[in-house]
Order: sequence, then structure tokens, then C-alpha cells
Amino acid sequence: MTDLITASPDSPSVLARPRPRRRRSRGWRNALIGWSFILPNLIGFVAITLVPVLAMFALSFASWDGYNPPSWVGLKNFRRLFKDDASMTALWNTLYYAVGYVPLTMLAALGLALLLNRKMRGVAFFRAVAFFPYITSLVAVAIVWNMLFNPQFGPVNQFLGWFGVHGPGWTTSTTWAMPAVIVTSVWRDMGYYMILFLAGLQAIPKELYEAAEVDGTNAWQRFRAVTVPGLRPTSFLVLILLTVQAFKVFDLIYVMTQGGPGDATLVLAQQIYQTGIVDGQYGYASAISVLLFALVLVLTLIQFWFNGRRERK
Amino acid sequence: MTTTALERRQTPRSARRVIGRTILYALFIAAAAAILLPFAWMISAGLKRNNDVFTIPIQWIPHDVQWRNFADIWSQIPMTTYLRNTVFLSIVITFLQVLTGSFAAYGFAKVKFRGRDTLFVLYIATIALPWQAYMVPQYIMMVKAGLTDTFLSLILIQAFGAFGVFLMRQFYLTIPDDLCEAARIDGLNEYGIWARIILPLSKPALASLALLTFVTTWNDYMGPFIYLTDNDHWTIQLGLQSFIGEFNADYAMMMTGSVLSVLPILVIFLFGQRYFIQGIATSGMKG
Repeated sequence: MTDLITASPDSPSVLARPRPRRRRSRGWRNALIGWSFILPNLIGFVAITLVPVLAMFALSFASWDGYNPPSWVGLKNFRRLFKDDASMTALWNTLYYAVGYVPLTMLAALGLALLLNRKMRGVAFFRAVAFFPYITSLVAVAIVWNMLFNPQFGPVNQFLGWFGVHGPGWTTSTTWAMPAVIVTSVWRDMGYYMILFLAGLQAIPKELYEAAEVDGTNAWQRFRAVTVPGLRPTSFLVLILLTVQAFKVFDLIYVMTQGGPGDATLVLAQQIYQTGIVDGQYGYASAISVLLFALVLVLTLIQFWFNGRRERK
Repeated sequence: MTTTALERRQTPRSARRVIGRTILYALFIAAAAAILLPFAWMISAGLKRNNDVFTIPIQWIPHDVQWRNFADIWSQIPMTTYLRNTVFLSIVITFLQVLTGSFAAYGFAKVKFRGRDTLFVLYIATIALPWQAYMVPQYIMMVKAGLTDTFLSLILIQAFGAFGVFLMRQFYLTIPDDLCEAARIDGLNEYGIWARIILPLSKPALASLALLTFVTTWNDYMGPFIYLTDNDHWTIQLGLQSFIGEFNADYAMMMTGSVLSVLPILVIFLFGQRYFIQGIATSGMKG
């Protein structure tokens, strides 16, 4: 009875002659126990996550207002999607955001991690400082940064004024609203990715640095030869996480600018919210959702493919 | 090369170290100051009279400190209701997430059965899936179930996440199977092993998951924004956001409210910092 759980079905029984019926009942008991552990979470998970995900795909081929029965419309929603100015703007804005946010956050996080990856008094405090913006409420962050970006009196433009630069209206300017939300997002999220980089740095064996030092390398050479390759798996992971993060951006921008001015900061997720939950065009909103989902999936796959190819070399 | 090595030996090691350290600390402090600046602004503005918030040049230390802002705000918006709702939701969701997550994680990490790994991949896949992609069908379901504008809707959408299962499983995998084996020999059943061996051993991971979930729920904006319409049901984040709309020009009060919304998180963070960092490092790295 003791090997009830861990014995694999084809391991020879030491207790008795292998009897097929008994073996099957062991498997059954294990399955029963396993499922009983998972079930409380699984029921909630299936009902609240899995069913809506499947519904998203089904609804994207339908037209539905929520009252009358849904009707099958084939690819109509998708055809509309690529002709819809608002949705296309949202798509471009999302890409714009990603192109700014991903590299900047990555650089800031890596810089912080390299700076704070040492055993010194007070380092823990500085790490905590860098991480704190990430757990600060988004609404507070949005309100504060909106004030910092205030066109007339905000500290950002006062600071630029010292250098003789007349700062723009930031969140009130169609050109500068997106850079403003990108800066805010980078400030908020860099601490999180710093922690991932720190964990990555600590996983690099100390002996490699010692060996490189013995070889007479300078700090920059050690960085190139040991740190960069050692951080490759972490950088890859961070890149994926950041890209996914960039494509689902919504709340921070929504609270800061409501997608404006005009549609300068309208992103895909907000477009989904607007057409689905506000306007009640469930079919069309699901089609935009499928687009968002596909983008995230494709980017993740491309990155995995690149990484796989690099590792084979 | 040899000359530099010689020179290096001639400079006293400790002096070089002191200089290096000083430069490093200067860098640390500069970075920390840059990161903390928005918080400094928040606190400073929260203690000013409204007219003093935007001045040229910036007044970092208010010359007329308005401590009463922190008292006044309670009468301007139903702060008590908002805080009570937020605390309630955060505690219930955290409790369910930790309980069902750690329970399911045991099934995934320590019990072998057919289909287990396939099921787990399904869980992982949905973590990568953006919530925004399925929020509309989820919302329709809640409307049909008549659950909009109830706390139950938010509890349901946040309490059974795959994230908790994933994080706890990562930790359980580091607990040797021999330990469970020994407990089985001693006659404990699987539920007993989970409750009496695994749970006590995984306190740090439980703390990580609990803190991350609590803070996420506390700070959540979109969930309450979509589901909670009645002012009596609002969380602190919604209350704060509506404050901008209603009292558009009261910048000092907006900052006072922001400070109040961040303060509980700051306290929790100071106590549980280690667990946040552990939780993020494990859930992010070993994926």
C-alpha cells in the first residue's frame, strides 16, 4: 500500500504477483486523489476563465447584442476590423507603445539590476525603493504623473525649462501623450523586471568571474564574456513577459488619458472594452480580442523560435 | 599592463575601496531619488493648500502644512466605505486563492495520474493569455448570471486564478518526494500530508502568494471599474478615480487620497518585502 502514489503502472510489484485489476485500481485511486486536489480550483478556473476563452473564439464569428440569439456571420467581424479606423488606430498605438515600453523597461531594469547586484550595506533598501512603484496603486500613479506632466506648472516642464526647453502639453498633446504614458509605465514596472534580472545574475556561477579575472580581463570584458551570455535565458524571459505585458496594456493609460487626446493613446484593450462592454457589440469585440490574442501568441512563438535557433548554434 | 598592476598595488587597497563605495552610494542615492520623486510630490502636495500645489518654483516642503487634509477627506468622500470594501475583497480573494491554489498545486506536484501534465499546460497557457481578450465573454456571463455589481463577481474572477497554482507548484517541486513517501509509510493519507507536512513547510511560498494576491486585489482598477456600479460597493481605487472627475481642481485632496490608498500597501510591503521578491523570482524564473 505504501507505494500507492509513486509506483508507476509498469513497475514490478514487490508485494505480490502483478494482477492487472489491482494495478488499474491503483491508477484509479491516484487519479481520484489527484483530481480531488485540483477540483476546487479547476471548477472555478474552467467556469471563469476557460469557458469565456472558448466563447471568445465562437463569438468572433457571430453577431450578438446579448438579447436576441447570436447569429453566425462568418468572417464579417474580421473584415470590419481591418476597415475600422478606430481599431486600426488602436492596433498601431499598441505597437507604438510596445516599441517604446519594451526596450526602455528592459534597459532600466537591467541597469538597476547591475547596479544593485552586490553585497553592500543598504542594497536591500535600494532594491525595495526600485520595486515600490510596481505595487503602488495604478490610480495613484496615474494621478501623480498627470500632475507631474502638467503643461504649465508641472515639475517635468519646470525641469525642462532649466535647459531652455519649452516642454509640450504632454497628456494634452496628441504627439506627446504616448511618450508620457510610456515613461510612466517604465517607471512603474522596471522594479519588477529588475528582480528577475537580479535572480538571473545570481544564477551565474561566481567561478566564471574568478576565472576571467585570473585571465587578466577588465570589468567590461567580464561583462561581455560572462554576464551577457549568462543573462541570456533571463533576458529572453523578460522580453517575452514585457511584450505580452505591452500588448495587454490598458488600465494605466485609461486612467491617465482615457485613450485621448482624440484617439492618440487608444490601445487594443481599450477598444475591446469600448465595443464590448460599453457598446454591447459582443461579436465585434470578440473579433478584436482574437486579434489581440493572436498577436500575443505569434510574438511569443517568434521569440521562442529565435531563442531555439540561437541555442542550436 | 604591468605598470597598472604595479600602480594598483601601490595605492592602498582600502582607499580605493572607499572611493569606489562612495561613487556607488552616490549612484544608488541618485537612482533612488529619481524613483522616489513622484512619491515625494504626492506627499508634499497632499499636505498643501490647493492653491500651493502648483507653484513656480516647486515648493517641495509646504510652507503651510495642512495636516487637516487627512481628516477632511473622510468627510468629502465615503472613504470608510471604500476602505472596508477593499479590505473585504482583498482578504476573501487572497484566502481563496491561497487555499485552492496550494491544494491544487499538491495534486499537480505530488500525485501522479494520467492527464495531469496536459491539464497543467492548460493552466500555464491561460496565464499567458491576456485577460483583456476574454473579459467581454466573462462579463456577459456575469450579466447573465445576474452577478454584476456584486462582490461575488469580483471574487469569482480573481480567486481561482492559475497563477496561485503555478507559484505553489514551483515551490512544492523543491520539496523532496522522499518526505511525502516517509509520511505515507507512517500512515498519513494524501490530505494529511498536504495539511501537516507540505503546508507548514511552504510558509514562505504561502506568504509570497498571499502578499502578491492581496496587493494585486487592493490595487485592481479594471475589475471593480467594470463590475461595480453602486457607489456603496466601490473600492478605494474607484473612489479615488471618481474623485478626479468630481473635484477636478482639488489637487491637494487628490494627493491626500492617493497617499491614503498607498499607505496600507507601504506598510504591508515593509513587513513582507522578502516574500514579494521571492514570489516574483520563483514565479518568473522557473517558468
